[in-house]
Parts: sequence; structure tokens; C-alpha cells
Amino acid sequence: MEGGFLKNLSSLQKDALKEIGNVGAGNAATAFAQFLDCKIEMTVPSVEILSISEVPEITGGMEKVVVGVLLSVLGEAPGSILLILSEESTVNLLEIVLEQNIDLTGLDEVQTSAVKEIGNILAGSYLNALNQMTGFNLIQSVPAFCYDMAGAILSSSMIPISEESDYALLIETKFIKGDSEIEGYFFLIPNHGSLEKILGSLGLETNE
Amino acid sequence: MSRNVPIRVRMAEYHIGRAPEQLITIGLGSCIGIALYDSLNKLGGLVHIMLPENKKGLCPAKYADSGIHLLIDEMLKAGASRRKLVAKIAGGAHMFSSAGELSIQVGQRNIEAVERVLQEEKIQLLAKDVGEDYGRTMEFYTEDGRVLIRSYKKGKKIL
Repeated sequence: MEGGFLKNLSSLQKDALKEIGNVGAGNAATAFAQFLDCKIEMTVPSVEILSISEVPEITGGMEKVVVGVLLSVLGEAPGSILLILSEESTVNLLEIVLEQNIDLTGLDEVQTSAVKEIGNILAGSYLNALNQMTGFNLIQSVPAFCYDMAGAILSSSMIPISEESDYALLIETKFIKGDSEIEGYFFLIPNHGSLEKILGSLGLETNE
Repeated sequence: MSRNVPIRVRMAEYHIGRAPEQLITIGLGSCIGIALYDSLNKLGGLVHIMLPENKKGLCPAKYADSGIHLLIDEMLKAGASRRKLVAKIAGGAHMFSSAGELSIQVGQRNIEAVERVLQEEKIQLLAKDVGEDYGRTMEFYTEDGRVLIRSYKKGKKIL
């Protein structure tokens, strides 16, 4: 099976996934706003089903240098969570959190772990919402950090799902701080088989 | 003198080009780009693989083993000389710095698989820029077989 299941999702099922994204990201945005002590807006999440080849282009500009925080989702419905921040956003975020001037090309350990911690908080609150809806007990792994070309970060994040499928389903949300100095992409990338479990827990079983 | 637009090879894809065409693959992380070149016919092929072994018969260009075989077949069909084929490879990085990551060994496993398949196919590996922890873009000039590696962390390099 190369992704027939993904391509045959009903609009009801897609809406349910969007709603999961919505509640999850809403939770994450609230946590983010509390953490930064400012207003964070988020876009309505989109559910994208893409061939693996298309994924690296999803944030635009594959060679654009960005910061990525990757976490594995462990539990009943495993997968990954990827947070992508532009260079500018990362600098702004760190300057708010650490109250010091930031040079991205020479991040020290404290600064790197602050970025990871932001990924951790977002992922944790997202999964918390997902757990409440599904009754699952999903937890996140230790976050991993990367500062490089967007295409290389996105493609490497697809490795766990690409073993099983030629297609990827991404639940994508964009965070924007009021004056748009901070902008990030947040992706939930369910592993093969996890979507069926998530949909099943919501009473929207698939036929296959 | 028309300037050539490079032919894009996306992840899990391959393309073949003839001089003076250029092939490009952007954003190799743990993936590997394999450039095969026949200098006699000035024919080049580039495949962007993600994983070492095709166990389930999915998209062949996604894997080192089936991807390299596919590229060789397609190049022969396009008129390449089997004995002339040489290879240059790039990628196989370990992108995310953290312990216990699932994909931790994929870059390294990809490098090993690619080198093994090339050896089995008796294709000489002329040059490589692999491993470490940074992403790469690969530009392949079929006119002379040159491969330009661009990376954010290490700048440019010619293979």
C-alpha cells in the first residue's frame, strides 16, 4: 500500500484531523503565549496529504536556513512533531526569553536548549489536547535541534514515515505573534498506522 | 547562448541529463544524492534516495539499492555505456543533535548501502562528500561531470 488510505480519507475524517490540529495548536498557542507573556495568534490548521517528494518544499524556500526542533511522539499513535522557525523568529524568541543579544551562528548550549524547550512546551501542550480527545497517553521524546537548510531538515524528519509509505500526512499550523516578529510552522506527522488509531478513537474508523 | 535551467531532482526522484544540461537536488540531509556519469556520451543521472533498502517494493528511487539500479537501467536506455559509468555522492548527514533519535543512524546506513551497491555494480566512486551534521545541495554539470556541493555550514566545494 503506497498511501491509498491517505488518499481515500473522507472529508469527515479530514475535518476531524483538522479539529485535532485546531485544539492541539490552540492549547500550544496558549502555552506559548503564557511562556512569552504576549499574544500569539495561530492559523486554522490545514491537513496536507503530500507525496514524500513534495514535503521539503512545504515551508517555501528549501535552501532557506531555518531552525528545526524535532520530537518523537511515543505511545499508542506514534509519530513526530516538528517545529520550524525562521532565523529572525528564533532570534526574536531567544531575545525575549533570555534577555540577551543573540548571534545564531554561534548559539551556546543554553540558547540551543532554550529553543528546544520551546519545542518541548509546544509539543507537550499539543499532545495534552490530543490525549484528552482520544483517551491516549502520548508523550514526547527529548527534543532534537537543527539549524540548517529547510529542505534538509524537512526531508530528514520524514525518515520514520518514509519506511512505510510514499505519502505523508501533515497537520500544519502557523503561529504568529501579534506584530508578526515571530512566525513558526508546527507539524504533527503521524507514523504509518497512527492515523487509523486516532480516527478510530474518535469513532471514525476507516474501511481498510 | 541559452542559459540552461537546471533539472530539479526532488526527494525520492531521479532524472537524466545530457550535456549541457545540469541536474540539481536541493536540501540533502540524511538522504544521499548519487550522480552517475558517462564522460564518453556526456550523459549524467542523479537520484535522491532516503533510505538504504527497499524491503516493501515502494517507490524505487527512494532507496539506495533499488534507486541505483533504476538509475543505471535508465541511463543505459538513454544510451550510456555501462563500463564508462562513474559515481559521485553527497549527503548522509546526521542532522538532529540529540541522543536516542530514531533516525540517528539513517545517514550512516545510507552511506554504507550506497557504497555497497556501487561496489556490487562495479561502479567506481570518484568522490564523496558525506556524513557530518549539515545539509547539502548538489549541482551536477553533465558537460564535464563536475559536482558542486553547496552547504550553509561549509560553503562550496567541488567534487
